[in-house]
Amino acid sequence: MDTTSQEQTKKFEPPAATAAAAVETATQTGSKTRVSARDVNVHYGEKQALFDVSIDIPDRGVTAFIGPSGCGKSTFLRCLNRMNDTIEGCRVTGKILLDDVDIANPDLDVVELRARVGMVFQKPNPFPKSIYENVAYGPRIHGMTSSKDELDEIVYSSLRRAGLYEEVKDRLDQPGTGLSGGQQQRLCIARAIATKPEVLLMDEPCSALDPIATAIIEELIDELRENFTIVIVTHSMQQAARVSQKTAFFHLGKLIEEGPTEQIFTNPLDKKTQDYITGRIG
Amino acid sequence: MTDTTASPGTGTVSAEENRARIRKGLARRHRQEAIFRGMGVAAIAAALGFVAILFGMIIFKGAPAFWQATLTAEVYFDPEVIESDPRPVQQEGQSPADYRAELLRWERAVTLSNWNAVVADSIRKLAPDMELERKDALELVTSSVRYKLRDMFVENPDLLGQTVSVSMLGSANTDVWLKGNIDRSLADDRQQLSAATRELADRLAEEGVIRSAFAWHIFTNVDSRSAPASAGLAGAFVGSLYMMLVVIALAVPIGVASAVYLEEFAPKNRLTDLIEVNINNLAAVPSIVFGLLGAAVFINYFKLPLSAPLVGGMVLTLMTLPTIIIATRSSLRAVPPSLRQAALGLGASQTQTVFHHVLPLTFPGILTATIIGVAQALGETAPLLLIGMNAFVANVPATPMDQATALPVQIYLWQGNENRNFFEARTSAAIMVLLGLMIMLNALAIFLRTRLEKRQ
Repeated sequence: MDTTSQEQTKKFEPPAATAAAAVETATQTGSKTRVSARDVNVHYGEKQALFDVSIDIPDRGVTAFIGPSGCGKSTFLRCLNRMNDTIEGCRVTGKILLDDVDIANPDLDVVELRARVGMVFQKPNPFPKSIYENVAYGPRIHGMTSSKDELDEIVYSSLRRAGLYEEVKDRLDQPGTGLSGGQQQRLCIARAIATKPEVLLMDEPCSALDPIATAIIEELIDELRENFTIVIVTHSMQQAARVSQKTAFFHLGKLIEEGPTEQIFTNPLDKKTQDYITGRIG
Repeated sequence: MTDTTASPGTGTVSAEENRARIRKGLARRHRQEAIFRGMGVAAIAAALGFVAILFGMIIFKGAPAFWQATLTAEVYFDPEVIESDPRPVQQEGQSPADYRAELLRWERAVTLSNWNAVVADSIRKLAPDMELERKDALELVTSSVRYKLRDMFVENPDLLGQTVSVSMLGSANTDVWLKGNIDRSLADDRQQLSAATRELADRLAEEGVIRSAFAWHIFTNVDSRSAPASAGLAGAFVGSLYMMLVVIALAVPIGVASAVYLEEFAPKNRLTDLIEVNINNLAAVPSIVFGLLGAAVFINYFKLPLSAPLVGGMVLTLMTLPTIIIATRSSLRAVPPSLRQAALGLGASQTQTVFHHVLPLTFPGILTATIIGVAQALGETAPLLLIGMNAFVANVPATPMDQATALPVQIYLWQGNENRNFFEARTSAAIMVLLGLMIMLNALAIFLRTRLEKRQ
């Protein structure tokens, strides 16, 4: 025990510097920290996927995680709503505070957590039910509404905020799986925001979409950041540059660098970040 | 190592030469494909051929059994033969029980009348010029005709002294004789019918009195030994039906629940691996072993009745369970994980995820598995022999606790019947009924699955 804690303190030093940078970021963007992760390690069985990740995610804004495939950015994202629990043999250690509650604590009720931290996945995955049912499902299972009118209101406003309402208002009873890929992804966003989450996680939400659908989603993300804390994982550096205010670069399971998006893309401090954004590694 | 020409095909070979090499191998590659396709077609043709031969033989043998020698005779309810008091009527002040007892006494007295004489007389009238002995006349029709006449009389005592035309089923031996299923040149002592009856049968068939009629009683009568011509499948059919209901009621909930638990909730560890291996093994256990288990546990230990469809159904449930569990698990596995993630990501609990999203998608698969499992159970014979369902039962079981037999067991019993030349066709007819039932069940499975899949 002693040796491991010593190791951890030793290892803590480089992230401490980034944590300091995070505080700086927070003061720069003028918003408080919503999620703060410290020394997060993730193992898949024997294999370690994340090494001592410490990062602060600011309230009301878009934080982008970038990095080459297999760098652990999605793994870290899934720590934030405990979706890693569903993966056999996955072990998470460290502290992740969401409003002073440690969400990495195994005793935490994940159902409640996931109601507060919504998620949009890489591939659009609407339920094979009607468009209305897709959006209504979350509020319904959480008992958020007391009447049909109230539920209607949530469904319509969620679809409106996801920019989908005008396109589907005449066919809310049609299956959500019959929509186009971009529409399906917006439906998934509507479904995620219908439960009024505080944090919205997006795992490469545009990787399965064409450029036009991508542009629509990016616009949508830009609008949603006024009300939600958004964390987005993306393969596209241009996308990170376009939609995010803060960017974190992961490489081989380590958080290499984080900071204001502008600074990461124009003046990275680390050589690896420089190499990645200029296309030399990846 | 430095010798770059050592690797053939790269650099040193011209494009022309490369193409020539590919072309040289093409003929061989196409030939291999043609051979493989040919073998596939041959395999399918062989399989279809065997199925066709099997079905052809069964239908060829079994179809004639659905038409049986039947004749219509004028029956005179002779008051001299039928010794009967008037049918009792309920007196004023008489309790229903007393009336019932009196009625039963009367029915017994009616039964004791010489009904054979009535039957023989009506047959003699068909060929007045032949001096038929009563025995020879009776041989022509199945022995249950006398009960038919008695029942008619009990139902309506006014028939006394009247003449009614009654349709009678030819006896099994008459049927065999007229269908040519016995060598007509055999000596008298090796024939099943007496010479006089044979002559009578031939003559009546020629006159058109005996004709071939569709044997509905195969579906409505129970098995019979004293009157084999009237033996039917109704008892076995109802027995099979009860067992099917028991299997559906037990195997589906238990099977689906185990599959859902193992697939969606159970931790993946040594124990669940062991359980999985054992379920797969159970699917391969010979069915007769389940019969032994049923005899030992359900009958010896729990003292459940012998020959009861309930016990049969429980044994078949054990047999069907692995099929349903394995099929349900594989359809659960086929549900895309993204759907589970979508529900879990919204904050649905594990149970909500399974019941709201996963199970509805597996419904067609579970349904198909159930119907195929039940169809398999329906055709099972061996385990039923061990729990006494091969007993001769001459009743339609009223409840699943009554003695009964099952369709495949009935086939087995008829196959072993000593009246070979009659029951051979009967056995094939019973096989046709069972196969028809199976085909219907499978068609239902396919129909329901396509309908459910279309709806999603």
